[in-house]
Amino acid sequence: MLCDICGKNPATVHLTEIIDDQMNELHLCEECARTKSSAMEQQFGLSDLLAGMVDFEQKNKEEGVPAVKCPNCGLTYADFKKIGRLGCGQCYNIFRQYLAPLLKRIHGSNQHVGKSPVRRAKAAPIGPAASVGAATEASPAPSKRKAGLQELKAQLAKAIEKEAFEEAARLRDQIRAMENKKNADK
Amino acid sequence: MQINDLLNHTSEWLKGTGPNSDIVISSRIRLARNLSKYPFPHWASKSQLDGVLDDIKAAVAKIDMLKSSTLFILGDLDSIDKQFLVERHLMSIEHTQKTEKKALLVDDEEIIAVMINEEDHLRIQLMQSGFNLFEAWSIINRLDDDLSKLLDYAYLDDFGYLTACPTNTGTGMRGSVMLHLPALVMSRQIERVLAAVAKLSFTTRGLYGEGTQASGNFFQISNQVSLGHSEDEIIENINGLIRQIIEQEAQARQILLSKNRDVLEDRINRSFGILKSARIITSQETIELLSMVRLGSDLGMVKDIDRRTINELFITTQPAHLQKIENKKLSSDERDLKRAELIRKKLNLL
Repeated sequence: MLCDICGKNPATVHLTEIIDDQMNELHLCEECARTKSSAMEQQFGLSDLLAGMVDFEQKNKEEGVPAVKCPNCGLTYADFKKIGRLGCGQCYNIFRQYLAPLLKRIHGSNQHVGKSPVRRAKAAPIGPAASVGAATEASPAPSKRKAGLQELKAQLAKAIEKEAFEEAARLRDQIRAMENKKNADK
Repeated sequence: MQINDLLNHTSEWLKGTGPNSDIVISSRIRLARNLSKYPFPHWASKSQLDGVLDDIKAAVAKIDMLKSSTLFILGDLDSIDKQFLVERHLMSIEHTQKTEKKALLVDDEEIIAVMINEEDHLRIQLMQSGFNLFEAWSIINRLDDDLSKLLDYAYLDDFGYLTACPTNTGTGMRGSVMLHLPALVMSRQIERVLAAVAKLSFTTRGLYGEGTQASGNFFQISNQVSLGHSEDEIIENINGLIRQIIEQEAQARQILLSKNRDVLEDRINRSFGILKSARIITSQETIELLSMVRLGSDLGMVKDIDRRTINELFITTQPAHLQKIENKKLSSDERDLKRAELIRKKLNLL
């Protein structure tokens, strides 16, 4: 099969493109495909829009930020700005202070109020050696702490809604401290 | 199930049943989910993407609702098969590109479709015929709960479900309703309606989702905001908006009927006539003419053709469907011939 564009070289790249709801197949040689794909890249995509939004958000406050790297996946904030995608779930914690205002701009809120996952049931202790006592001692503490955390977050959401920013800042710091402690415990 | 089995099957969303099915083609909900232990697909290594696929396969095997589903590995499919799945609205166009480690899970009724390793690890989709978002939500919510017992989702209490793109964070939910609005288009009111839709932070797309244009009077409307509202609130908001659009379309149809009945009847019957006798027809023209015939059927002007047959023709006349039916590759010119033949066969048999 010959290239649909130049009609000279053998087609090695097969593309499906959609124009006005009609799907067209294109069979191109490598050279024509390269020209075509650079034309496609020039089209304005969502990630450009997002990247623009991030810039707008962070223009004044982010000097030195791009150096921050997610320890879990290695994505930097500069990467995010370039591609408009986060690298992993952990990125949301690492870049929290920049993402919170961005999410607010996109969605008008940065506080999730929908459903939550039914967490995977913890595996039963293996054999009698894993003492039942330890499990019962350990389990109430995290759940109690979590309730406190969630309560604080609800208060924080309310404070933001009321635009009581001083109170919100105090709650935010409290939450952060609590979460840091939780992470340190892990 | 083999991919070819789908050819003889009518997707749930094409059945032309359900509430307000004269104006609403289908209702769809999708949830974006990620597994906490792997980077998002675009940032993951091949072996990590294999891990995602394996974990999801293992979970799927334990879920009753997915007992009668089939997993397609996208890398194993040829380009016609992939396009065929897009035409049936079982997956996105993005899912046909760079297919390594991508997969699609489809249940026998084509109600549930799960894209694996698209922009997020999981894109779970539920389709219903007619205006039926709450029903779609109740089913997909149960499926999501079941999956979340087996898979550790990336989730934070404050940001909700974490997604590769922050525009989907929170509920990870997008509810869409596919509308057929010929009377609003003909009476030139559609711009006003779509402007209002955009102002309310909803998006309008064409038949094939992101980046496609509306054609043949079909409009897909969905929520843009996924964070800060509960799933029920989001659905209620879309429902409220859609209800108003349905009402406006119904009114516009009545006005056309009372003021321009002759012109309308002429247009509808001419469209029907062309479809029944054309020897060469493009898919764009097909969609436009079928849209008029569908309106005619809704208004009782075109008798002896049911909505389901018309709905099916919208899909079976698409390029990949024609090539699957003929079981060979067809050039664009050959498709225009075969398309006209298929339509004549379907419509003249009635």
